Amino acid sequence: MDYSQFLLMPQEVGLLLVFLLVFIYDTFMPQRSQRALPVFTTVLFAIYTAICFVPCEVGSAFAGMIETNQATWAMKNILNVGMLIVLMQAAKWTNEEFMRVRRGEFYELLLLTLFGMFLMISARHFLLFVIGLETASLPIACLAAFEKKRYESHEAAAKYVFTAIFSSAIFLLGISFVYGIAGTLYYNDIATMIIGQKSTLLVVALAFVIAGVGFKLSLVPFHQWTADVYQGAPTAVTAYLSVISKGAAAFSFLVIMAQVFGAAYSTAWEWMLYAVIILTITIGNLFAMRQHNLKRFLAFSSISQAGYIMLGVIAANTLGMASMMYYVLVYVFSNLAAFGVIAAIERQTGKTTTDDYNGLFKTNPWLSFTMMLAMFSLGGIPPFAGFFSKFFIFVGACKTGSVAVYVLVLIALVNTIISLYYYLLVVKAMFIRQDDCAIPTLKSSCGERAAMIVCALGIILIGLASCIYTSLTEYTAAIANIFSQI
Amino acid sequence: MIFDNILIYFAIVPLLTLGGLALCNNKGIKAIRAVAVTGASVLVALALYLVKLFLDARGAGDTSEMILRSDYMWYAPLNIKLALGVDGVSVVMILLSAFIVLTGVFASWKINPLPKQFFLWFFLLSTGVFGFFISIDLFTMFMFYEVALIPMYLLIGIWGSGNKNYSAMKLTLMLMGGSAFLMLALIGIYFHSAADGNYTMNILEIAKNNAVPQSWQLYLFPMAFVGFGVLGAMFPFHTWSPDGHASAPTAVSMLHAGVLMKLGGYGCFRIAIYLMPYAANVIGPVFLTLTGISIVYGAFSACVQTDLKYINAYSSVSHCGMVLFAILMFNQTAMTGAVLQMLSHGLMTALFFALIGMIYGRTHTRDIREMGGMMQIMPYLGVGYVIAGLASLGLPGLSGFVAEMTIFFGSFEHPDMFHRVFTIAGASSIVITAVYILRVVGKLLFGAVQNEHHRELTDASWDERVATAVLIVCVAIIGCFPNFFVNIITDSFLPVVDALKNAM
Repeated sequence: MDYSQFLLMPQEVGLLLVFLLVFIYDTFMPQRSQRALPVFTTVLFAIYTAICFVPCEVGSAFAGMIETNQATWAMKNILNVGMLIVLMQAAKWTNEEFMRVRRGEFYELLLLTLFGMFLMISARHFLLFVIGLETASLPIACLAAFEKKRYESHEAAAKYVFTAIFSSAIFLLGISFVYGIAGTLYYNDIATMIIGQKSTLLVVALAFVIAGVGFKLSLVPFHQWTADVYQGAPTAVTAYLSVISKGAAAFSFLVIMAQVFGAAYSTAWEWMLYAVIILTITIGNLFAMRQHNLKRFLAFSSISQAGYIMLGVIAANTLGMASMMYYVLVYVFSNLAAFGVIAAIERQTGKTTTDDYNGLFKTNPWLSFTMMLAMFSLGGIPPFAGFFSKFFIFVGACKTGSVAVYVLVLIALVNTIISLYYYLLVVKAMFIRQDDCAIPTLKSSCGERAAMIVCALGIILIGLASCIYTSLTEYTAAIANIFSQI
Repeated sequence: MIFDNILIYFAIVPLLTLGGLALCNNKGIKAIRAVAVTGASVLVALALYLVKLFLDARGAGDTSEMILRSDYMWYAPLNIKLALGVDGVSVVMILLSAFIVLTGVFASWKINPLPKQFFLWFFLLSTGVFGFFISIDLFTMFMFYEVALIPMYLLIGIWGSGNKNYSAMKLTLMLMGGSAFLMLALIGIYFHSAADGNYTMNILEIAKNNAVPQSWQLYLFPMAFVGFGVLGAMFPFHTWSPDGHASAPTAVSMLHAGVLMKLGGYGCFRIAIYLMPYAANVIGPVFLTLTGISIVYGAFSACVQTDLKYINAYSSVSHCGMVLFAILMFNQTAMTGAVLQMLSHGLMTALFFALIGMIYGRTHTRDIREMGGMMQIMPYLGVGYVIAGLASLGLPGLSGFVAEMTIFFGSFEHPDMFHRVFTIAGASSIVITAVYILRVVGKLLFGAVQNEHHRELTDASWDERVATAVLIVCVAIIGCFPNFFVNIITDSFLPVVDALKNAM
């Protein structure tokens, strides 16, 4: 075996190295230094993230099972940055007493799922993809159940594990149909086999694949698990689920669409996705309006955000793909800012409803400010990054030029207004409403503060610094080969 | 370099002011005021200098459509640039905004609570307003437009009065709803901006290419026009305006009615009509009807209101309707009148709201049934109110007369029945305006004193005098020397009118 092939997957290897170091630390270090594990992991991961920004070698390895190109490199870096923020936010929480014996597992499982997501993005063979999918899904169920004493945490884990298994099964069924049609599981070979085919079986296979990934992305109608799991899971895990897990699913879906199904009977998947997007955006929004628990609220808000992310897939062009990656990047920062604030407040007071936030600005101006930035960015208000990402994803979709997509964008735009309403409700609670028994002035930990500062800077700067989007448009050319044939 | 162009400083100065305010201590009200006044004064000075530059350029025979042009690439993949440039209309709008910002700072001299946060949002809003007027790139323009909208939510929500939560949410959602349509229109225009596929966001280039297909114009024009029309308080999308104005704090009402609503009118002609002249010709009459309704309906509604701010808000609907009405007449005279009306209405309404805020701050009521005899109690404010009222009903020598005369002369130029009927209907609003203005003046200023406690109230303090005096002088200057402004404005409409003629 040619071991130099591992050099073509530097990010995965690096991640495994981080995992091993954390594992060794957890296993062999004495009990008294265990409390330093969160800091150790975070610093290690920060170094790893920084190193990953060095441009890597491009090519495919292991007989074409894995491919590394600029696009996957950028996607993984986006996920790395998000992961780093999650680690910073979680550091204080994992040092609490009830986490004492399970601290190491938390980080190991977290790193392993990220490894699975990397495989999903880089895989060019469906078997490897499924391995990645499973690695990325099942440990999250353990993570969701981490607060053993809380009933909701168990419920979340159970719901997650059932839906994860169910969606994997559906996905596998779809893949087996694809195998039946094409006789291969390599992306490239499938793509050449199915170009121009109009078999019904292919449409069914496509539907199953979309459904399978749709569970991970919590697209409507595969979204039912989302709210309960988000609410029940520990906030750090919820943040991870809503941002990293969703981002990875979106990226790998983009890759599959671009490399495999993009050319196949394109109207079939476009119309399926079309309906799913409308449903996702609208239903996510309508349910979010009625939520009082902020974690549930962000669950529905992130459902509707997933709909916007999918606009980049339906665009089926490089501009749309770049916009989608950009959207996920911005979404990482905005959503993690919101979860950072929620986690900080929940850790110290246990309060998570909108009404608890009444008058927060008086007592905790910086927390409220960060939360406001997050809400404005999610709602697409300039000059924050969310405005740019929304605009670009709409531009990407409209580039197709079809009237149907314009109508879709119009629906999405009307939904932005609805979403703005509920995002403003949170802002209103913090800034406008008064409450005599508002949450007292809190002292956030260093990690939480650092995470919030990173998120706030990201929200303000990512939009204004145009170089990020510009370079993303260059990277996506690497995976757009199929879309460009349409 | 980007800093070579004087226009960029209209965005940078408010941002610097923001930074300065952020450094201030929350308790140090004097420092906060000092920073705010400095920032606003620098803006006024810049605006005056810009007028001089513009006059010099035109005097030197520079007949280009926009002066001080420069482009800075921002988002290369989409050809989005920070494109700057001004013509006569933008110059006077910038001048207007600068004055309103300055007087707004004085009008919120004693703002409470959280003065620092108030001025932070206030200057963020100004950044949006100035950015909108200096940029000629669709994306940048739209971005600044939305930057100007969102601070309203918190400004009204935190510092407002009355039913402020409802008003703030309604205003924000309606304006953002309009801008959602606008965004789609802009994307649509962008993808049809050039026949050869080199899409551009630059307004001048799009107008020159004239490549938006007629079938697309018919869809995009209504979206763009309604998008801006919501902000211009066009019937039936005006309902945010009375509630919003009534709940907003004084300076915000001033800035909103004085400047923000002008963004609507400006956008309507700069983007909707200029870039899609064919659809403007076809669909224009529909919107003309709506604006005609705005004018008359707003005026009648003002007649039956008893809350001072509601009276003025409906009066704004009527006057802003006149702006859009004049723009839709598609000739140079009427469009010039529209800009004069924007200036006139901006100053006059700002004056009104400033005075109402000052009266309300003393009497703690805005209901005209509970007040009377203010002329004896606070003669300075009373006289100011009368002047504002006379400007509003179009007394010669003040700004309202000039603007309305120009508009109705221009719109009567149309020989056909449709336009003339609407002109007459629109002109009738002048009479209705006189009814509600004189009713308020008679009751509020010269009626019997309703509440004995009011006798103890004081007249304007120095900061209030500055705010009102500046506005009154401006109203009188426009009324007495309209030619100065007409000369700046009127050439800017030639390209629009030409485009409209060619598209017929």
